[in-house]
Amino acid sequence: MTPKISLTGVGKTFPVRGGGEFTALSGIDLDVAEGEFLVVVGPSGCGKSTLLDLIGGLTRPTTGRIAIDGAEVTGPALDRAVVFQQYALFPWRTALRNVEFGLEAKGLRRRERAEIARDHLDLVGLSGFEDRYPHELSGGMKQRVAIARSLAYDPGVLLMDEPFAALDAQTRDSLQDELLGIWAKTGKTVVFITHGIDEAVYLGGRVAVLTSRPGRVKEVADIDLGSRDAREDVRSSPEFAAHRHRVWSLLKDEVQTAQRLTVPAPRKEAIHLG
Amino acid sequence: MASTVEAPALIEPEAPESPPRRAGRRAAGLAAVAFRRTIAVVAFLAVWELAPRAQLVDPIFLPPVSEVVPALWDLAKSGQLWSNTEASLVRALSGFGLSIVLAVPLGLLIGWYRPVAELLNPLLELFRNTAAIALLPVFILVLGIGETSKIAIVLYACTWPILLNTISAVRTVDATLVKSARSLGLPAVRIFQKVILPAAVPSIFTGIRLAGGISVLVMIVAEMVGAKEGLGFLIGSAQQNFAIKDMYAGILTISALGLAFNQVLVLLERRFTRWRTDPGR
Repeated sequence: MTPKISLTGVGKTFPVRGGGEFTALSGIDLDVAEGEFLVVVGPSGCGKSTLLDLIGGLTRPTTGRIAIDGAEVTGPALDRAVVFQQYALFPWRTALRNVEFGLEAKGLRRRERAEIARDHLDLVGLSGFEDRYPHELSGGMKQRVAIARSLAYDPGVLLMDEPFAALDAQTRDSLQDELLGIWAKTGKTVVFITHGIDEAVYLGGRVAVLTSRPGRVKEVADIDLGSRDAREDVRSSPEFAAHRHRVWSLLKDEVQTAQRLTVPAPRKEAIHLG
Repeated sequence: MASTVEAPALIEPEAPESPPRRAGRRAAGLAAVAFRRTIAVVAFLAVWELAPRAQLVDPIFLPPVSEVVPALWDLAKSGQLWSNTEASLVRALSGFGLSIVLAVPLGLLIGWYRPVAELLNPLLELFRNTAAIALLPVFILVLGIGETSKIAIVLYACTWPILLNTISAVRTVDATLVKSARSLGLPAVRIFQKVILPAAVPSIFTGIRLAGGISVLVMIVAEMVGAKEGLGFLIGSAQQNFAIKDMYAGILTISALGLAFNQVLVLLERRFTRWRTDPGR
């Protein structure tokens, strides 16, 4: 069976202002199965977000090949959705109209759009907030709307770029649980990027640890925490501690290396509109 | 940029009170708000009234406001005030309206094509910072002393703030929003229509509101330099004929006109940017 997402020998270099190149990622080989929840962790600046941009089709790899369902990725499309850390909600649209955005891109009729958008706001627990503007919502609610927006147009793959990093601990915990619930319900393939070890172990079926610059896959750890309903507090179980320690050990050296590295020259990463 | 001062929300009494007392409190609160909002203007009018009467200033050059208002009333009754206001309004609004029609699409276009914006920006800054009034003689030389030159100078002066605000509005749209729309595979034209344009609206309106003030200013100057009617003409000719009270009556009319014009633009701006968190409130 072909994997849902497959990366072979993927590398990305950016031109550096004043000449030269900056290698963000190099030689990434990674397969993600259909319906899998894969978490990518790595030290800051290891190219995690670049990896997500590549899978999303927002930038093209310098080397290697990225494929979704066996077909090479040549640009962004509605078979993938990206959830950003900064929510990226359109402030002039209400929650409902934000969720409808992707559906408009899909070319659905107004009534159909509103119905699907309502269902997805309900899915993330935001019924009754349809007519609120983003500035009237809390950070956690904004991210719920963003998740609803990404799910509404029914992409096979959900790409999440540190979506809970800007939230407070309690909101983050409850959103993690809700995300797992949604994942179980919808069966999406999720690639989730984080720099938090606990978050990675808690969410991931597998956790891919990236090396510091340039980012490579150091190891992919399988996480098995047993059934989540069975235990009250998964995070305090011995299995959780063991997995956590494993990922922590893998990351420790990389974080130290990352800190030793000098700050790179600013790179050109301007967003091109065309 | 807010030109109106919003009154802070009234604090509701905490303990439950009987309805009449509550109504009384509310009325008192409203009166307090009205007082805060008008006291400065009232004080100014009082100084205007009393300073000439007390001979602190020459009452011939600054007649008390109680003598200016009847002059204003006479001008209004004779129909002079309205015909002059109408002439001025037509000039200011035509120039202002044309500048919106011209500068908004042009600004969107220039802002969208980054290299064009970078190329043109120094020139646009030069034009903007050259006081439009300084070019009035040029406009009169080329377009004559009629309506065309007056409307043209208003159009010219209003264009720059709208154009530059529109360009910067397009260029400073939140990159994450664009990225988010791009991740859906939307083509550039759709991104422009669904993301860039709505995101740019508040900043474009700021430019339009600036231009509104400028249109009145430039129109008055143009009418003072050479015109047969209009409020600028009224003020200028009143001064030359030593009809000092009429001159002040004209100035008061322009104040009222400017205030009303700005208020209309503020309301329009609110209407179109209701989704915004308003830091002014």
